[in-house]
Formats: sequence, C-alpha cells, structure tokens
Amino acid sequence: MDIFHNTNYDFIRWRWHAIALSLVVILAGAGLMVTRGLPLGIDFSGGTSLVVRFSQPVTLDKVRDAIAPLGGEAVVQQFGDAADNRLLIRLPQQEGVEEGTALEQGSQRAEAALKSAGLPSFEVDNREIVGPVIGADLQRRGIYAVLTSLAAITIYIGFRFRFSFAVGAIVATLHDVLVTLAFLMFLKYDITLNVVAAILTITGYSVNDTIVIFDRVRENLRSRRRDPLSQVVNQSVNQTLGRTIITAGTTFLSVLALYLFGGEALEGFAFTMLVGVISGTYSTVFIASAIAIILSQTKGGGTGKAQAASAPSGETATERPGRKTRRARAS
Amino acid sequence: MMKNLQWRLILIAAVIGLSIWAFVPPEQKVKLGLDLKGGVHLVLRVKTDDALKVETDTTVDRLRDNLTRNGIAFSKLEASSPTDFRVDGLADDAAFRAQAADAESVYDRSSEAGGYSYRMKPNVANQLRDETVTQALETIERRVNELGVAEPIVARYGARDQILVQLPGVSDVRRAKDIIRSTARLELRLVDQGPFPSKEAALQAFNNTLPPDSELMPGKQEGSGAAGTAGSAYYVVKKVSAVAGNDLRNAQQSLDEFNRPAVHFTLKQDAAVRFGTFTESNIGRPMAIILDGRVMSVATIQGRITDSGQITGITREEMLDQVITLKSGALPASMDYLEERTVGPSLGQDSIRAGVTASLAGLALVVVFMIFYYKLTGLNAIVSIVVNLLILLGLMAAIPVTMTLPGVAGFILTIGMGVDSNVLIFERIKEELATARGARAAVNAGFDRVWWTIVDTHVSSLIAALLLLQFGTGPIRGFAVTLIIGLLSNVFTAVFVSRTMFEAVLARRQQAQTLSI
Repeated sequence: MDIFHNTNYDFIRWRWHAIALSLVVILAGAGLMVTRGLPLGIDFSGGTSLVVRFSQPVTLDKVRDAIAPLGGEAVVQQFGDAADNRLLIRLPQQEGVEEGTALEQGSQRAEAALKSAGLPSFEVDNREIVGPVIGADLQRRGIYAVLTSLAAITIYIGFRFRFSFAVGAIVATLHDVLVTLAFLMFLKYDITLNVVAAILTITGYSVNDTIVIFDRVRENLRSRRRDPLSQVVNQSVNQTLGRTIITAGTTFLSVLALYLFGGEALEGFAFTMLVGVISGTYSTVFIASAIAIILSQTKGGGTGKAQAASAPSGETATERPGRKTRRARAS
Repeated sequence: MMKNLQWRLILIAAVIGLSIWAFVPPEQKVKLGLDLKGGVHLVLRVKTDDALKVETDTTVDRLRDNLTRNGIAFSKLEASSPTDFRVDGLADDAAFRAQAADAESVYDRSSEAGGYSYRMKPNVANQLRDETVTQALETIERRVNELGVAEPIVARYGARDQILVQLPGVSDVRRAKDIIRSTARLELRLVDQGPFPSKEAALQAFNNTLPPDSELMPGKQEGSGAAGTAGSAYYVVKKVSAVAGNDLRNAQQSLDEFNRPAVHFTLKQDAAVRFGTFTESNIGRPMAIILDGRVMSVATIQGRITDSGQITGITREEMLDQVITLKSGALPASMDYLEERTVGPSLGQDSIRAGVTASLAGLALVVVFMIFYYKLTGLNAIVSIVVNLLILLGLMAAIPVTMTLPGVAGFILTIGMGVDSNVLIFERIKEELATARGARAAVNAGFDRVWWTIVDTHVSSLIAALLLLQFGTGPIRGFAVTLIIGLLSNVFTAVFVSRTMFEAVLARRQQAQTLSI
C-alpha cells in the first residue's frame, strides 16, 4: 500500500502563504500571552494545588463557595473521571507570605474550610505546594533548557548539513515551539513542568522530519546540479512526503492514546505533543525548506541554482557509506 | 553468511532473555516514583546564615573576653550581620591587633573611621555553608531512618543550600515534616525567675530591664498536664547553656515519677564533667530544660548531676518525636520548606492503571496501522518495537531508573517515535524495490542509505533529551532517562534486529524479487 506515491505538489509556491498563516497563529498566541499573561502552572508560579477525593458527588459550586472566604483567585475543577469524585483546587501564591512554615498555610486553610462547609467527607489525594523561590528557579532553567536545545541542534545540523539548512531546521523547530505555545494559550492550558518537558521533546523530534527531507535534498543535488534549488527541494519534499506523514502519524497515534487514556495528570503533556507533532509536520513541509531556499538564494547571489548552493556540503556527503552506488531517482 | 545470521539471532534472543529476566516480575523489579506509588516530596532550604552567625557571635564573644581580660579599651564591639562585625573606639591599636590575630585568620579586616570592620573570608564562609548543608543532610538522613521509611531519598538539590527529601508511602506528612525540620537543640540553662503568665508580667518583675546576660523565653506552664493542654508561660533564663546541641549522647523513651511519658537523655563524657561542675556550684537554683527555644520543664538542682536528665510534661507523641530528633542530633541551622508534593496511594494506583491502558492502546494503534500499511513487513516493525520496549524495561529495572508518571509518557512516546526509524527504512526499501534489483539488494540498500538519517534524527532527539535531564526534577528526569534509553535501544532494534529479521526471511528464498511491504 502506498499513499502519497509520486506526488508532485508545488509546496514551494505556497511558501509565503504558509509563512503568513504561521505568523498569524504565532502572533495571535503572542497577543494572548501579552494580554492575558502566560498561564504558568504552580510548578513555575508557586502556589498550592490540591486534588481532593470526596466520598460522594459534590458540585463544583458548593466547593467554590466553601473556599471563597479564603480570598484570592482559587480555581476549582473536576479532576479525571466524574465517577471518581476528584476535584482539583488551586490556590494562588499568597501575597507577602514568607517561605517556610507559612508555605502550607494555604492548603491547611483550604482543607479546614472544606471540612467545616458541610460537604461529604474527603481525602486529599495530592497536595502540591511550591514556594516562589523554586518556581522562579525552574522558570529560568526551563527557558535555558529550551534555548540551549535549539542552539545545540542548530550546531549539529550545521555540522552535518550546510548552514542555511541548519537555520531552516531551527526556524521550523522554533516555529513549532511558538505554535504549540499559541495553541496552549488558545485552549487555556497551564504551562506546567510536564508541558515544558513536552516542548523540549518537540524541539528534538520536530527536526527529525526536516533531517529526512534535507538528506534527500542533498542526495538529489548531487545528480541534478542544473535544476534550480527550489525545484530540487520541492521534488525532495514530494519524494519524502509519504514517510513524513507516516512517521508523524505513528507518533501522533501513540500520543493520541496518551491523550485519551493517560489520565488527567498527563493531559497537558499529551496535548502539547499532539500540537507539536502536527505543527512539526506542517513546518517540515512548508517552513523548513522554504527558509533553506530563501537563505541559499540570498547567499548564492540570486540565481538559486543548485550548483552554487551545493558546494559546502559536498564533502560530508561523499563520506557517507553507500554513496558510491548512489543514483538519484525521481520516484 | 548463514553462520553469521545464526549468531545474530542468538545475540538478539539473549538480549531479549536478559531484558525479560531483568524486569520480571515488574511489581518487584521496576522502581516506581513517588507520583505513582504515593508519598511525600519535600525541598528544604538550609538557612546557612544561622551557622555563620554562630561563628561570628562566638568570635566576637571570644575577642571581647580577651580584650577585657587584657585591659584593652574599646567603646563598641558587635556583630553587624551573620558575616560581619566591627569594633570602635580603640585606644591602643597595636595591643588590639595582637589580640585580633586569631580572628583575622577567618575574617578580612578593613579600616574604617574610628575602628575596624571585619568580614568573614569568602572561602571560609562558603566552606562553612557547605559543611552546614552536609551536616543538615546527614542529620535529616538519620531522622528519616528513625522514622522507618523504606527507600527514602535525602540528597542535595538545585541551588547549593537546598535539600531534597522523598519519603515513599508516608501518610502523616505533618509529623514527618515537623521531625525533619525540628532543630532539636537541647539546652540546660539556669532560671532567673518564672513562670510568668505573660511577657508583660515577666518584664514588670524586672522593672522592664532584664539583666544583660538573661533573656525571656516561652515555655510550658509547669505542672500542666501531659494531655496537650499546656498553657503558655514565660521564663527569664540565662543566655548561656550548660550544654550545647552536640553534647548529647543518646535519648530514650522513658517515664517520669508519675508514669507519664518522658524523654531520658544522656550527655557525652566531656559534657558530663562540665555539667557536673555546673550543677554542683548551682545547687538549690532552678534549671530549665529547653528544646528549640521553648522551656520544656524547670526543676531545682538538688545535687551534682553528671550525665543524664529527663524531659517531662510531654505527650506520648511528643515523646516519640523528641526521641527521634534528639537522637539524630541537632541541626546546625534552621530550615525552610520550599516545596511540598504529596501523592496519595489511590491516585498513584489510578495513574499506573491509566498509564498501562494508554501504553497498550498506543501499541495497538501503531500495530494495526503498521500491519495495515506494510502488511507482513509491518510485523517486522512490530517485533522490533516490542523488543525495544522489553530492552527499555529491562534496562530501567537493571540500572535502576525510577518509573515516574512522565516516564510512562516517555514509554508511550518510544512506541510512536521508535517506529519512525522502521518507517524510514521501509519507505526506502520500497523505493529501491521499484528499481527492480531484487528484494535482497533493496533491503541492503534501504538499510545502508537510511543509516545516517537515523543517526542524525536520533542525535537531535538525544540532544533535547539530555537537556531535559539537566533541566528536570525527579519526575521529568524519569521521562528524560526513559526517552534516552528508548532512543538508544531503538537504534539497535530498528536497525540490527529488523535487518536480521529481513535477512532471516530472505535467506530461505534464493531469488526473491518481491517483499510483502
């Protein structure tokens, strides 16, 4: 069976439309980030989160009323299956509270308020209390990790391919990170530790498809030196389209299983991965190669001939095993 | 060729066997993180300034003694921060400098108008801070062991003054936290007067000026019951203690004369001698037993006491906790909690169930797709995914790596991302088949040409996973490690195992032109 066999879509023609569409999504996300603020989970913002399991069903409103006197913007929502009677209660970092013994005051007061409100009996299944020191530290480390990862991957691709490809790959990856963040904003997911872990995973994964296409571009460039680079790239994208879609598809399927069955605690992670995988495929096809072409053209003096652009990577390519018998095929 | 193939099959079988042996039965061999089995995760900050302050205070005291003893005039000598002190109004500079020589080995001196200011040398301060955290860590370890928690983790964490404590299966979080944090500083001090019902009453008795060597300290109303109905009271006590925190040798459960719970403690040899002299010269005076800045009880010294004493008037729970904390020694500095995460066992159970369901569902979806799309060759990919998962589980059990909730996600991702390598290879084989050079050549070319692509994709994923490892805390590290092992074993399964299977199938067919792909 074969899907996307011998396709010949003109992806490169649509590159400006694709870039515009991505910019719209990213800017919309950024706009929300500016107006609403980044919705940091308690891992980063600090604060208290409780998962409370009631012995009998309770309404969210009753619980909200019970903890209303505590002040602050408490969040109460269902956690997991409705049948479990589990609720998530989140309390913001208390203003002006010192670290230390005071750290647990929020949770103690919330538990006391629930006890005295005449609700069914309950147990606290999960209690997370994060002080501002830890949160600030993690924020710094999270940003550092994502940026370092992007930089390290750029260097690696630059080393294995040519510079313009590395920039294309990394712009595509950065694009995926930003699009993912935008969708997290649209659907009001909190940025938790798990979400950041998913974003980091995306930085490593999203570039995989791009590598596959670039590998093919390099291979094709060796046999078709006369064709314009944009044509070679477009052909390479088409030749690898099947595997781009299938590899993304299998990853998507497994992440979908995680999203559907993995439970509440991993939902944010799974959602981030789902968006990241889709965006990764889109950016591989439309963004990465477009950027590589644009950069090669400006560098190569405007003709964009494959010949001019292929020189820097020629050496690494010949070192590869199995290249001697290489004959490029237009499949 | 055939021989070679046999050896490869044997190697693969051995790897599978070893992996299964390593993790079966999983309930015993795969370590679960707190988020799956329930327990408490705590991050504490050691206030290392406390230890520096003690050092500075002691230095200032010693210097003041020496100056006074040698008749060297000064108008002011006091600590201004945990690391600084200053001296003013010196008449005889040379004589002072001679006395300050000792302090100057630890503190840097700088001249200021009318005197000197001293600041602790940065390397000394850093070393002292480091020692303080190490001591606190060791003390916490002893306490956690006394609590009887199985497989606790006590380790340095994040910034230099932070300590991570993980207590699996602990349900009484409050008690565990109190025990860990209690400084357990036992002091025996003479009492000037008390108890008073309030601070004001105490101050009034001294016309609002306490003697310079005394201070006000809260405590329990003498004689109030052990039932926890202790009223508060205030005492005026001497500032110096006859014993220090590290003079304690042991603490045991015991009973007082009315058969109420008590803690019996014994002092170390040298402290006992000091304490003997101290009590002998203070017979008839009241002495307070003070724990962590609270007067626990007051008794009149009846005679020479050498090496033991009793803390009375406490509840049974207090007794149990005090034995643990006193036995494990005093903390060198007080501590703050920065983070607390508690997971109840039932939530952990549900998470495990959800994780298993999601893994099976993910595997099923990928299996159905691969068979549907690649037919018999799809089976090849499925075998290599399953072997990949077996190796992953085996290595996790053998290393061992703690399986956390995000780790479960890493496990599932390994299914979806691992099969990508198979897809790349199969797609290439399809392309090679189209050139009609025969199945064997197509398989060889497929594997050879995709090899470097697979290396590149795995390296980029590994870079991200390694940074994740560096960024993450407990659960996220579990995810990162799972991902890393999964990626590495995927290279083995998607290339070596899968290729061996192809060759095993093709070996039986001499002139194969087709493949079920």
